[in-house]
Amino acid sequence: MSVHGKPEPAPGLLRRLDATARATFPVAFTALLMVLAAAPVGPPGLVWAVALPCVFFWSLFRPAYMPPLAVFPLGLLHDLLSFGPLGIGVLILLITHGLAMRWRRALVRRSFLVVWLAYCGFALGAGGLGWVLQAVLGWRVPPIAPGLNAVGMSAGLYPSLAWLLGRAHLAMLHAESAA
Amino acid sequence: MAAAAARHDDPNRAARPDGGPVIRLSIPLRQALARLSLPVLIAAAFGTMLLGKADTMLAERVRMALADALTPIYGVLARPVAAVRDTVAEARALLEMRTENARLRDENEQLRRWQAVALALEAENAMMRRQLAFIPDPAPRFQTARVVADGGGTYARAVLLAIGPEHGVRKGQIALDERGLVGRVTEVGSRSARVLLATDLNSRIPVTLEGSRARAVLVGTNGARPRVQYWPEGVTPAEGERVVTSAEANAFPAGLPVGVIHYSGSGAPEVEMFARLDRLDLVRLFDYGLSGILPPESVARPEPRESRPRR
Repeated sequence: MSVHGKPEPAPGLLRRLDATARATFPVAFTALLMVLAAAPVGPPGLVWAVALPCVFFWSLFRPAYMPPLAVFPLGLLHDLLSFGPLGIGVLILLITHGLAMRWRRALVRRSFLVVWLAYCGFALGAGGLGWVLQAVLGWRVPPIAPGLNAVGMSAGLYPSLAWLLGRAHLAMLHAESAA
Repeated sequence: MAAAAARHDDPNRAARPDGGPVIRLSIPLRQALARLSLPVLIAAAFGTMLLGKADTMLAERVRMALADALTPIYGVLARPVAAVRDTVAEARALLEMRTENARLRDENEQLRRWQAVALALEAENAMMRRQLAFIPDPAPRFQTARVVADGGGTYARAVLLAIGPEHGVRKGQIALDERGLVGRVTEVGSRSARVLLATDLNSRIPVTLEGSRARAVLVGTNGARPRVQYWPEGVTPAEGERVVTSAEANAFPAGLPVGVIHYSGSGAPEVEMFARLDRLDLVRLFDYGLSGILPPESVARPEPRESRPRR
């Protein structure tokens, strides 16, 4: 627990590789999940449903590894993969990241259930924002059902994803305290 | 689990990037940059939106480049997915096979019973024929002709048949498709013949209701289902009853399958034809040697006719 304040030793190559792998894991894993979710076998909206929990989780628990500069390309990847209008995913993910960063002090020490409920609120808000942006960009009223579907899917996916990411997070902590 | 992870987490620590930036910046400057980067990026997101709106071709090109790069991954990924899907489909088919088998066994049993009934009836029939010295009907000659055109001519519901030059088709022959009665030949040319369908407004066919053996007349309406009229008193055509031709008036042989009774919405008995009159392609023209009521010729022919010719 009392790991901070420890002076960093001069990093050897392996250690540096390790640190780099750890630092790139959140973004790389999110991108990989998104690419896999975009496979033509899954249900539509899965990319969105996978990207949002990842960004939310890492913004909450390890914001240093999910900086805005990484969220932007992730959003771009989402927009390119999902064939939606360009920029919507970028904006949604950035705003999610920003809000999660702002509220992380309140959220990060709460129980899993509270975080999940908060995430459901985030997903709903993100879905609504996406709907509004689509309406504005396409200048017509898009159907609500696909958006709600994606929100539900992402809220349902969050626990399992959070479990997986939580394991990764713990492993990172262990590795860091060992270093 | 995330909460457990969170308990280990320390905000100060998480805000400090491990691995360390190569360029050392002073902490306030870094904080200022971090605080500034989000608004700048959000502005960039709006810029991306505008760009995507303004230059759709660019977005499309980038999208396709990405899709091209990812296609091999998906190709590899699709194989196990397809395998799983096949397995699931196979399992489902296996599960359904039980019920299907049971159904088929039931049906088989039923059909076996029917076969027994049919064989018994056939034997009985043969015995009775022997006893009555019954002279069976000669097997009718028939020829098959292709339907080349629908409609046209004098009648609304008629088809044109292509037949060879030495055909031997004559008026009054009866046309059937593979399911049932189609109509009667009304005009014969050197290479074609016209068949008046049973659904035409001018068609009147003597029929028998198979259940009650009652005679009736099948009256065409130009619709898909001709009507049944003039059945004797005391008999009502039953829904689903089979209708066959009757030998009355010597125009048709008895017992050709026509259709089943079906009551229309207005309560009139109609006949759902067995023959698929809306998609005729081949019909068989049977020559029963009947010379009952024949369609009128432009030149009168010395054949027996009723006072008011019907066809």
